[in-house]
Amino acid sequence: MNIGETLGRRNFLRNAGLSGAALALAGCSLDGAELFAPKLEPSRAVVGADGSITLDFSSDIDVLNYAYALEQLEAAFYVTVVTNAQFTTIFAANEQRVLRDVRDHEVVHKDFLAAALGSARIPNLTPNFSGINFSDRLSVLQTARTFEDLGVSAYNGAARYLSSTAYLGVAGKIVSVEARHASAIRDLLNPRSGDFAPSAFDAANTPQTVLAAADPFIVESITATNT
Amino acid sequence: MSKQSDAVSALTVIDADVAAHLVSRRHAITKGVTTSGLVMAGLRIGTVPAALAALATDAYGQGRLPTVVSGVLNFALRLEYLEAEFYNLGVAAPNLIPQADRQIFTTIQAHENAHVQYLRDTLGTAARPKPVFDFTAGNGAGNGPFADVFTNYNTFKAVAQAFEDTGVRAYKGQAPALQPYKDVLQAALTIHSVEARHAAEIRRLRGNFADNEPNEGWITNADTDITGTAAVYAGEANTTQLGLNVTTVTSVSAKEVTEAFDEPLTMAAVLAIIDPFIV
Repeated sequence: MNIGETLGRRNFLRNAGLSGAALALAGCSLDGAELFAPKLEPSRAVVGADGSITLDFSSDIDVLNYAYALEQLEAAFYVTVVTNAQFTTIFAANEQRVLRDVRDHEVVHKDFLAAALGSARIPNLTPNFSGINFSDRLSVLQTARTFEDLGVSAYNGAARYLSSTAYLGVAGKIVSVEARHASAIRDLLNPRSGDFAPSAFDAANTPQTVLAAADPFIVESITATNT
Repeated sequence: MSKQSDAVSALTVIDADVAAHLVSRRHAITKGVTTSGLVMAGLRIGTVPAALAALATDAYGQGRLPTVVSGVLNFALRLEYLEAEFYNLGVAAPNLIPQADRQIFTTIQAHENAHVQYLRDTLGTAARPKPVFDFTAGNGAGNGPFADVFTNYNTFKAVAQAFEDTGVRAYKGQAPALQPYKDVLQAALTIHSVEARHAAEIRRLRGNFADNEPNEGWITNADTDITGTAAVYAGEANTTQLGLNVTTVTSVSAKEVTEAFDEPLTMAAVLAIIDPFIV
């Protein structure tokens, strides 16, 4: 099973140009200037014969590829969660709603990053969810909590490597949604407690820490350099 | 000393480079070299941002933070003062918060007070004083649109949601300005995501955690069910990211696309939103 969707590779810069013109014509009134992508550079990631991927954090594109890898993992996880035959049995209606919404958001993040990266994106990853019992509520929610907290800490820790203000801006738009997910999942596990936000300051983990934590769930090995 | 070791090992996980600075500071301390008391304070508190605050003041000198940094942090401090005092008063108000929900609000209260402390530590003498607030949004008249904010739980929760969602958008809007100051940026981001956790919890609490739009944990379009808070959500219906219309590259509907991205607010927009709450 491939995590990635078979999206046609898009001419991202052309899309950016068209959208920019459309926005200008519409007299877009968003606060501040709408962020436009800087010129897309090729990825510096090295893909080995065994499928292993080495991301180069001196490249903004590969910091985005790092996010893309994590979003692929999250999207695949929630797609599996909501398509499991037991989904509507083990989760209450309000819990199903949260998990379906989170699934949708993660698929959006994955599809957006795939399209934005275009030909500079890393290959589709293969998930390994053999350790997760998708028919068990607690197994699903605890894994979800791990993924969401990890995602928040990954974006928080990777921001410092981005030199493009536009890319920093879009990463910032995604990370707070991951934090909203983390809060909701934690509340499903421990309702009405203080668990939704266990600290006044969230973690900002290094790529090495994040990739080590994600490694058991991904068949391909991913490493980071120039951090 | 064990707490100092904890702080350093926590930093080793977070940022080896910063940890190296701290370790060298500790060596300097043991050698009797004069150093910032804030470094020690940060280590005692044992939290990464506290230690980063100490490093920032050590690196730049007390009261000599770059103008951009002190400007952004004082802006953040203004919001955190607002939030901290709001929850301090709300938690102390008799018969306002039901027992079942108290842990939610005491948790948020503690966090907002910690954020105030962190920002004040980092700013040092550059920290601006706490304003006088009017939580009815009456600019000091005390009879604004949220006049029953500390006696009506529904009003209190609505104002809390508006503050949290504003806080998320405010920090997000300042990230580009902090981009050259990577340690400060990172510390600010670790607050930014906590505000988002708060926002999600309060939004869901307002829907009693049920399947009850628009009280999910995320912002749908620019929708608000709270009269007078349109400016808090203005621009959240955006579906264009990096110049790309995201609805054209996914099968997920536009509604969920807007939920999948939180939008920033400019400093001016945020100050306009909170102005009625400041005397």
